[in-house]
Amino acid sequence: MATRYLGAAVRRVEDSRLLKGEGCYLDDLALPAGLETAFVRSTIAHGLIRAVDASAARALPGVLAVYLAEDLGPSARRPMPLAAPHPLLTQPRTQAPLATDEVCYVGQPIALVVADNRYIAEDAAALVAIDYDPLPVITDCRRALDSAAALAHRGADHNRAATLTARFGDAAAAFAGAAFSVVERIEMERGGAHSMEGRGVAAMPSPDGMGITLWSSTQAPYMIRRLLAAHLDWDESRIRVIAPDVGGGFGPKAVFYPEEVVIPLAALRLRRPVRWVEDRREHFQATTQQRLQAWDVEVAADVAGRLIAIRGRGVHDAGAFVPYGVLLPLSSLWPFPGPYALEALDLSLDVVFTNMVPTSPVRGAGRPYANFVIERLVDRVADALALDRAEIRRRNFIPRDKFPYATGMTYRDGSKVTYDSGDFEACLTEAMRRAEYADFATRRAAAAERGLRRGIGLASYVEDTGAGPFEGVSVRVLPNGRVHAVTSAASQGQGHATIIAQICADALGISPDLVTVTSADTDALAYGMGTYGSRVAVAAGSSALNAAAAVRAKALRLAASLLQCASDDLTIAEGRIVRRSGPADTGLDLALLAARLAGTPGIPLPDGFAPGLEATDYAPIAATATASGTHIAEVEVDPATGAVAVVAYVVAHDCGNVLNPLLVDGQILGGVVHGIGNALFEQMVYDPTGQPLSSNYGEYLLPLASEMPRIDIAHIETPSPHNPLGAKGAGEGGTIPAAAALISALEDALRGEGARFSKHPVSPEDVIEAIQLGRCVREVVPSASPGGGLLEIAGG
Amino acid sequence: MSELHAIALAVNGRKVDAKVEPRRLLADFLRRDLDLTGTHIGCEHGVCGACTILVDGVPVRSCLMFAVQADGCEVVTIEGLAGEDGRLSPLQQEFREHHALQCGFCTPGVLISLTGLLDASPDPDEATIRDVVSGHICRCTGYQAMIAAARAVGGRVASGRS
Repeated sequence: MATRYLGAAVRRVEDSRLLKGEGCYLDDLALPAGLETAFVRSTIAHGLIRAVDASAARALPGVLAVYLAEDLGPSARRPMPLAAPHPLLTQPRTQAPLATDEVCYVGQPIALVVADNRYIAEDAAALVAIDYDPLPVITDCRRALDSAAALAHRGADHNRAATLTARFGDAAAAFAGAAFSVVERIEMERGGAHSMEGRGVAAMPSPDGMGITLWSSTQAPYMIRRLLAAHLDWDESRIRVIAPDVGGGFGPKAVFYPEEVVIPLAALRLRRPVRWVEDRREHFQATTQQRLQAWDVEVAADVAGRLIAIRGRGVHDAGAFVPYGVLLPLSSLWPFPGPYALEALDLSLDVVFTNMVPTSPVRGAGRPYANFVIERLVDRVADALALDRAEIRRRNFIPRDKFPYATGMTYRDGSKVTYDSGDFEACLTEAMRRAEYADFATRRAAAAERGLRRGIGLASYVEDTGAGPFEGVSVRVLPNGRVHAVTSAASQGQGHATIIAQICADALGISPDLVTVTSADTDALAYGMGTYGSRVAVAAGSSALNAAAAVRAKALRLAASLLQCASDDLTIAEGRIVRRSGPADTGLDLALLAARLAGTPGIPLPDGFAPGLEATDYAPIAATATASGTHIAEVEVDPATGAVAVVAYVVAHDCGNVLNPLLVDGQILGGVVHGIGNALFEQMVYDPTGQPLSSNYGEYLLPLASEMPRIDIAHIETPSPHNPLGAKGAGEGGTIPAAAALISALEDALRGEGARFSKHPVSPEDVIEAIQLGRCVREVVPSASPGGGLLEIAGG
Repeated sequence: MSELHAIALAVNGRKVDAKVEPRRLLADFLRRDLDLTGTHIGCEHGVCGACTILVDGVPVRSCLMFAVQADGCEVVTIEGLAGEDGRLSPLQQEFREHHALQCGFCTPGVLISLTGLLDASPDPDEATIRDVVSGHICRCTGYQAMIAAARAVGGRVASGRS
């Protein structure tokens, strides 16, 4: 089939509705006689619930019920199922939908108020009086394993949830034989996802009371159905989960939450639709967060700047529970050693409990952590040798003729981490060209004339994308000639419908505007996975390709049978069946063929044809597709105020075959801005008692248009051999290296000041402090001469 | 608290008479009482801008205003931007052309703010557009395409609303 639309900048089929305010997000659903709710949540980080008095709340006019755990049966009280069990997870703690006695973080749900509207529900929630016995609190994950540390859970032996290790080669020998090594402490503070639509859940019992329909602003409706069925001990067939329009996901909406159990339980009890919509304060308190990880790491290298080995130990803040098992910390290990070939690696990561909201993947999941650690180390080696930071990367990249390349690491399924294809050097070279890297000194000098310090920084990355095992797509030609494609993959704005419409349009010779795509309804397709890890274009896209090709073949076979010719003699153009030679017109079009296979009472279908001009496919995805790239950031720093301005940003990015450049650019732009937020702004601050001090957008800063540079994007295409589209995921590559590139640029800007940065976010205060510290270090320590003997540089 | 107040206003050119609690937010009034769900609530403290509407031609946060304060006002919501025939306004059309939206949740508020800008100043410079867009939080797009879309409209025609 000709590809007319795939690869082109097709405008989105989703947009008209959304632009006119006709989207239907969870809070927009018109539920008949629906009730609204407010959760009563723990106000302390750790303690025992001594007593709850809900009598005043229950007495408030307009309140239908106030439910505690004891009111909703055993499924409200037992711990929820673990989404991703793992043998190394020695304390697989998940929370009960409603806390019964112990609460372990501020925001943990204790009771649900159901009322005529949210105003009354909030009034009533404020009247629920809870008497606590406070318990000691642990908030600093770096101290969580100290013998004197408070325990995040009463009665636990310790705060360790798991210790994960990753190693290959002989690290000790590699370090012993290396010319020098550099040690560093690297920290990434806790941050959040902050989708603009918060989470939400609505539930409606079926008329016979035997089943339930659940709407959730989720990335993974099939996972919600599976886990809810397991938790309630119901057949899955009694539960239908639908994700309506979802206003951004970024990871935390792929978690199974207490609200997704409590709301259906309340609806079943009241036999009415019940809805909960998160407010922003709840998003800060009760939606999973990400990013506190701290590492002590060391890299060994030779005098030519060839990296030989990395070793180190890290700690990962799991928060109070591990609903997602150890998937997040694991996904921060397997991206090591990034795009570089190493002889040996030896890492261990302690996953520990703290009394804060659980952590889960956020855009990029663990990969931005790994990237920040690796790229900081590469910069350190470059500095030690006074080597250009681009040159050291070039010297260490896995060359393009070495793919497929097994790094030595393993994925969680035990398979070897293997990069399928790529051209890391081409990305670096293109990024440098676009960033006018060679002329940077001129720009630095010009900035200096204005009293500013200008710096350039780069970071290269790899990303495992397109995770299997499958995502389903069904393609059906309707009797009016339009096409309906159904996918199990939920969309949060990525433009999946457009990609699938492009694929169907090419296969069936029609315009993408004639394709309607619906998604994320567990009653529409039997199986589905979810939207995470940059996988949908690869997995659902491949299924759409196969399904649409099968529909095309069936249409041509039916037409050939009706015309008594060979199907090879026919093709489809503008929805009509045409002959390849001779008179083109056959008088047949897709609508007619679809109507023929839709069946007419009493008239048999054509011989050898099953009903329906349709096909369903679950393309098997056996191996990951490795996206990669290089980002270059340029910043200007005001040394007097510590203000950092991002003045230029270049991305050279390889996501395999680009299915729609408009959409890929959109994913990259959003991702980079997310990464800039990580680098410079976003930090979730808790006090030592576990109270979140960041609870609104005055206290938690998100990147705005005023802080954004123009971002220049180049596409380098090395197709993945692992899927029929040759595609790789593009949703997270914008975020993964952005913080590393920014911090590298910041450090370069203040090179003259001797400032060093090994954590993020970096605030203006941090900049000033680093300048002052750099000044002190220069006065005390004479400059080291790299290249000879053992050189150790302690990070700041 | 529950004493109701009579209000009369125009919403997207339609006259509305209603009785509301004094504490009812204008955003909730539009969404729940008038079923105009295109106005989205993102932060409820006036920062994210998703709930922005035009009140007497000026962009305001409907989560920071009570419905009773809109008594006697002329309100335009996202549902009022496209033509009667459903045709997108030039700004909406350029948002589609430039891929200036992804999940679409913040989009109505951004469109309203930029419509307010373009109505007041038909050819704003990039710095002014950037300043207006910086009154909105978008987690998906990185803002660049929104600015490009507004620039494409600027000078050609205002928002296209009558």
